[in-house]
Amino acid sequence: MNGWLLALLQTGLVVFTAPFLAGWVKWVKCRLQARQGPPAWQPYRNLLRLFSKEVVVAESASPIFRIAPYVVFSVTALACSVVPLVAVGLPTATLADVIVLVGFFALGRFFLALAGMDVGTAFGGMGSSREMTIASLVEPAMLMGVFTLAMTVHSTNLATMIGYLLASPFQLYPSFVFAAMGMMLVAVAETGRIPVDNPATHLELTMVHEAMILEYSGRHLALMEWAAMLKLMIYGVLLVNLFIPWGVAVDFAPLSLLLGLLAISGKLLLLGSALAFAETGLAKMRLFRVPQYLSLAFILCLLGMLSHVILEMN
Amino acid sequence: MSFSLASLAVIAALASGLLPLLRPRSNRVIKVISFPLLGLAGLSGVLGGGMTLLQGVRYQLELPVGLPWLHSQLYLDPLSGFFLLVVGLVTLVAAVYGPAYVREYEQGPQPLFPLTLFTGLFVAGMDLVLLAADAFSFMISWELMSVASYFLVAYQHQHEVNRRSAFIYLLMAQVGGLFILLGFGVLARFGGSFDFSVMSQAVLPDGWATVAFVLAFIGFGMKAGVVPLHVWLPQAHPVAPSHISALLSGVMLKVAVYGFIRFTYQMLGGIHWQWGALVLFVGSASAVLGVLYALMQHDLKRLLAYHSVENIGIIYIGLGLSMIFAGTGHQALAALGLIAALYHCLNHALFKSLLFFGAGAILQQTHEHDLERMGGLIRRLPVTATCFLIGCISISALPPFNGFVSEWLTFQTALQGTVLNNHILAALIPVAAAVLALTGALAAACFVKVFGVCFLGMPRSEGCAVAREISLGPQVGQILLALLCLLFGVLPTWTVAQLETIARLFFPAGMPETTAHGWLWLTPVAPEVASYGAPLVLLGICLAWALAWLWLHPRRRRTPVRISPAWDCGFGPLNARMQYTATAFSMPIRRIFRPVWPISESYQEPGKEEHGGRYRLQIGDWAWSKLYEPIARLVLGAANRLTIIQGGNIRTYLAYSFFTLLLLLLVVSL
Repeated sequence: MNGWLLALLQTGLVVFTAPFLAGWVKWVKCRLQARQGPPAWQPYRNLLRLFSKEVVVAESASPIFRIAPYVVFSVTALACSVVPLVAVGLPTATLADVIVLVGFFALGRFFLALAGMDVGTAFGGMGSSREMTIASLVEPAMLMGVFTLAMTVHSTNLATMIGYLLASPFQLYPSFVFAAMGMMLVAVAETGRIPVDNPATHLELTMVHEAMILEYSGRHLALMEWAAMLKLMIYGVLLVNLFIPWGVAVDFAPLSLLLGLLAISGKLLLLGSALAFAETGLAKMRLFRVPQYLSLAFILCLLGMLSHVILEMN
Repeated sequence: MSFSLASLAVIAALASGLLPLLRPRSNRVIKVISFPLLGLAGLSGVLGGGMTLLQGVRYQLELPVGLPWLHSQLYLDPLSGFFLLVVGLVTLVAAVYGPAYVREYEQGPQPLFPLTLFTGLFVAGMDLVLLAADAFSFMISWELMSVASYFLVAYQHQHEVNRRSAFIYLLMAQVGGLFILLGFGVLARFGGSFDFSVMSQAVLPDGWATVAFVLAFIGFGMKAGVVPLHVWLPQAHPVAPSHISALLSGVMLKVAVYGFIRFTYQMLGGIHWQWGALVLFVGSASAVLGVLYALMQHDLKRLLAYHSVENIGIIYIGLGLSMIFAGTGHQALAALGLIAALYHCLNHALFKSLLFFGAGAILQQTHEHDLERMGGLIRRLPVTATCFLIGCISISALPPFNGFVSEWLTFQTALQGTVLNNHILAALIPVAAAVLALTGALAAACFVKVFGVCFLGMPRSEGCAVAREISLGPQVGQILLALLCLLFGVLPTWTVAQLETIARLFFPAGMPETTAHGWLWLTPVAPEVASYGAPLVLLGICLAWALAWLWLHPRRRRTPVRISPAWDCGFGPLNARMQYTATAFSMPIRRIFRPVWPISESYQEPGKEEHGGRYRLQIGDWAWSKLYEPIARLVLGAANRLTIIQGGNIRTYLAYSFFTLLLLLLVVSL
């Protein structure tokens, strides 16, 4: 019972702090570009504003258009419950392993892309087509990265993976270094950040995610944007907790939970700053350069897997 | 009991084909007799097969027909029971779907009775293949299935393309049949009999075992449609009537998989891991090439047919992994791979026939088969659209539907590749898994395209703008399959427990750990390695949805939704031609994977009177130009050379016969 309560709390924590991370990245980015920038809690204000605004739905929209925000949001929220944020060993972690997690994202993306095609404008179709193309290249790279980790820890369950790494003495696996680099590239592509997509743009030549949700307004838009922030948060948590697992609580004692909370906050803020730093230094790529970028990610993960097979298997 | 039900399935299927011949001119009589009997065949197949699988028993029967020294042997064990269930399920739904659907053909140029006659024979042939217990009955039933389905493909023979497709189908079915026959021949040579139970006792030297395996792999692979033997499939499946396409794609390919499993796992035995590596390689190639070719199609039924190639590839990936583990002595993992492959057989039968039934409904109501002329159908055909959406989600391997479970099990099997001592295999298996991930993601892209272009947006043709929902029978059939897709996605533990009975036939220890932790959890290998709680996932999604909905409910009351025209950038109203098309949707993928297809593109400048230029895009299949056309040229060339001996003189021909006879006598006497 205690575990379920904690799991619920942790899920709530992920869901309600995700906008802060997105705001933090934006704030750091603005500071780096010598602009004042909105405060880090600006996304909360935006969401609240959108929730209270009127919803305008196009005449040509079908029920899919209205269902999609709820599906996208609820699937992403469910994904939040699977990811170990503060502690491992929570009962929700057995609900789904990392492959199912990828499946959740794929389901959300499926409905997002359908919603983009629903109204029948050219922008939506364009966004959907690009999103599905990028996703189809991301998934093999992502899976190869996951496989590399899973081969070492003998599990695809996220909590078990992190628990294994915490319990074993520190050792720098070459395969982990490659996998970490590959997964970072994958995470950037999956969360739609520069250089793959730009969340701040509304220019038709460059939009991917924004093009799909162009027709949304009011609470529907709020759910869609919140889901995107959740996705950023989940990928951030995955990266830091899988590759730098220290600090994650292995028991439910208040002190270790507090320590876990502090550790993850620090790690996420650092990761957010790094992301902002990278986004400041890079320009968005042309769409047809993205395959090269993603094949680099795949090759890094493949190298990780091969170095595991060659160097670490006995 | 279950054996009688299985026999009833065969008899009812035969009767549904033959009885209408009493009154071949009356369409009403045909429909009243044929379809209920077909439904009975399906139902008794489901019951008979299901009971055999649940009880895990084995029945045997010897019929007083067949060769003098070998009476026809029939048997029913969990493996054939499972496939009988799959065949029965789709047959049952086809019988529910059919009567309203064939109304289309009643006004057509052909009489109705060939359709029902060959449907009955085809279903009976498939059931008999599953029941056959000796090579002789197997081949007879196999040919009955092949030839009957040839007539179904050629049913609308007034179109030249249909005749051509049907001929290619027949040709490849016969060549495939020949390979299977040779495979049985090798086994019979060492076993000394055509009886399956005797053949499986045969001890083959390694070389001959590999020969037999390769023969069976090619023979059954030709029917199953693995790359590069798939070329008949995307030609033959789309041109048959839609409920027959569902049977061909959803079920007949599974009968080939059944034959392959029966031949390799049971009769041949002693699996080598090299065979598994071959199957894994061919399966991966089929999966990814199938989906890439499907992406480029804009004929809905042909697109679905290419997806059958993809899904057969996924099944073969599972089988390949299972064979690699079996060949290296990891019995439990081999059982897991086999379970994943069998699960995908069931799933593919469900969602592929669902999609074909949906495509049939669209075809009948709009008379369009080209995606580029559809659009906005979700408002005209809401029930079909909902069921089709479920089919799309299932085939794209998305949780919590059924396609996801079997792909997830395949992934989990692949993950265990680390137990192998062979490091090259251990490195290649993850690559195959990455190919599977690519396949799944591309399939999702393809079905976003299909559903988005076909059902969403604005109608692109007159037929789609005025289409009406299909009548009740086809709706019920589709709803049934859609519910089964969800059910098998949410209750995987129970299903896997039943499939384990089959795996135990070949790997007696089975894989008990997978289902050992209650009905909520699917835990291949061990709970701490990986787990998937499908019912809880569905519950979680519903819960999150309900919370979001309830939370927003007061706001919904306060600010109702306003309906207004979509933003048109100030250029006047949007029209249907401004939407993204299927070709446009797949363009980035076409550009990225450019060398995969032979593409010819051309652009013609507009003439003086014309408004716009003409853009032509043609996408072929490399298998044709690189493999089949050279073979065809070779055969034709050889035939031309041989015309020398054809002088047209009857005496020369008689001399040929005489010398051939002499030669044969000489051979026999040696």
